[in-house]
Amino acid sequence: MALIEIREVDKVYEMGAEKIFALDGLDLDVERGEYLAVMGASGSGKSTLMNLIGCLDRPSSGTYALDGTEVQKLSDEELAAIRNREIGFVFQTFNLLARTDALRNVELPLIYGGMPRRERREKAAAALERVGLGDRMKHDSSELSGGQRQRVAIARALVNEPSILLADEPTGNLDSATSEEIIRLFDELHAAGNTVILVTHEADIATHARRRILLRDGRVVEDSAAAPASPAAGI
Amino acid sequence: MVFVENFRIALAALWANKLRSLLTTLGIVIGVAAVIAVVSIVQGLQFQITQQLQGVGATYIMVLPDTGNQGGPGVIARQVKLTWEDGQAIRDRVQGVAYITPVILGGATAKYRDRQHDTLVLGVNDDWPDVANFLVERGRFFSSIDLDHRRKVVVVGLKVVEELRLGPSPVGREIYVGNVPATVVGVMEKKGQTLGTDVDDIVYMPFETSLALFGRRAADQVQIRLQAESAGVVERVKDEIGALLRQRHRIPAGQPDDFQILLQDEILSTVNTILGSVTAVVGAVVGVALLVGGIGIMNIMLVSVTERTREIGIRKSVGARRRDILVQFLIEAITLSLVGGALGAAAGYGIGALVASLLPGDWPPAHVPLWAFAIAFGFSAIVGIFFGIYPAGKAARLDPIEALRYE
Repeated sequence: MALIEIREVDKVYEMGAEKIFALDGLDLDVERGEYLAVMGASGSGKSTLMNLIGCLDRPSSGTYALDGTEVQKLSDEELAAIRNREIGFVFQTFNLLARTDALRNVELPLIYGGMPRRERREKAAAALERVGLGDRMKHDSSELSGGQRQRVAIARALVNEPSILLADEPTGNLDSATSEEIIRLFDELHAAGNTVILVTHEADIATHARRRILLRDGRVVEDSAAAPASPAAGI
Repeated sequence: MVFVENFRIALAALWANKLRSLLTTLGIVIGVAAVIAVVSIVQGLQFQITQQLQGVGATYIMVLPDTGNQGGPGVIARQVKLTWEDGQAIRDRVQGVAYITPVILGGATAKYRDRQHDTLVLGVNDDWPDVANFLVERGRFFSSIDLDHRRKVVVVGLKVVEELRLGPSPVGREIYVGNVPATVVGVMEKKGQTLGTDVDDIVYMPFETSLALFGRRAADQVQIRLQAESAGVVERVKDEIGALLRQRHRIPAGQPDDFQILLQDEILSTVNTILGSVTAVVGAVVGVALLVGGIGIMNIMLVSVTERTREIGIRKSVGARRRDILVQFLIEAITLSLVGGALGAAAGYGIGALVASLLPGDWPPAHVPLWAFAIAFGFSAIVGIFFGIYPAGKAARLDPIEALRYE
């Protein structure tokens, strides 16, 4: 059984009388420990897919099983619990809390997980060490550079040891040198056994992933795993 | 655990916007301050009046001419009279009267040498100290002999001694009360203020002598004050006085009395009724203030929820449940109104104490009963919950995707 099993998923938005299929009969399996890049033009359904995988949203129809749990049947409360335990989000705009230091930002998922204070501090500190920010724990996000902020966000995503690290254009707001650092951090995390899903429209970022899928009009139109990854396959 | 953290988060958010939080809660501060101040003043007033009235005892009875009841439909206007002859009749014919005195009062200027002082003059008889439960400190009160001979003697309060500078031995001094010359025979003990009247600023004259000051016609409108022998006979004495006066005044059956008989507990309950309605009116005003304060809180909470939409999205994306967000914002609203309540209680207590210290006399120190604080806090908390629940609910229901996308 794959970690992520998405079958025949539609996501429909009604714009007045018109129905827009953000996802249109999408199928996708992701195994534990995979390093996946989701690519596609804007409007291809990347963000919708990411929201779905991240349990921020439910499919209009079809099924999504995360580690065997059928997500489309869950309540808001249960979705929140899954986001807390199973998903680590990394956003393009970092999405750190303002006027809050790095340590406290990283603690946030543990707070909602109900972890006691001392244990929480230790885990958050360890996560910040892990991303190389052991000396910046008490800094507010306003005192950190873009790359450092994204590292804090990654530490926050990691801290609860989730099943999936889900990154939405994580380098979109960073210069190329910093982007390189961040993407290498994802490489390391994958090497350490984490499942990483990168949503990006940048081809050179996507090359870091072991598997790449391309979305168009809410469907997977190319998947490097479908054809064995060889130069002859012509991807 | 999560609740404690939500509480910390809420406090941190309020602290981050100190000035705004303070201004938001100002409505509550003012409302609660008003409750506490008024309650403390009313309580002080009640305390003082009660003490004063209890000083005269439960056997105290007051008879007043009642000019209010004449001239009703079909009633030929009569001169309402209450005279000391009525009082003497009560003394002679009603069983159970211990002490009884006429009281006639008016203002006059007291003079001693070159000094003048405007004061209150009470014409009473020798029963007054026993009726009013008010003793002479130096010298003596006037006697029945003084009364019978219409002697020109007076007993004065301490304030009069001070104002006229009668010196360390005022007894024996010759003063003028109006144009009546009189010898000071005694000084009353210090009593302080009652209901805004300085009881130490009074000159007591024998009843008959005071008529020389106030004129003969003043004798038609006297008060009669008496002490019954025991609390057990007060009601009967009152009834008998009523019957006797009706008979003496020839009031036909079915017509209202032309006098009023007040007992101590009736005076007390009248006072309490008045103070109660003052409290009720102020309470209503305060209710409006708290309502307005609550709307202020709701307004700012709504602004805050909008401002922090992204924060809410972030929190939800890392696993905050609806109720976590709800609790966070609800705690903010309740904390705002409770802090407002606390500040208001402190301010109100301060105002009460200030007013108490500004009022003359032996005003008791500001006293606010615990229930007033409890109600003030309870109401603050209710306002916080009531006006906080909508913004907090709005925050909790935000769609995480929308919230994260919010700029």
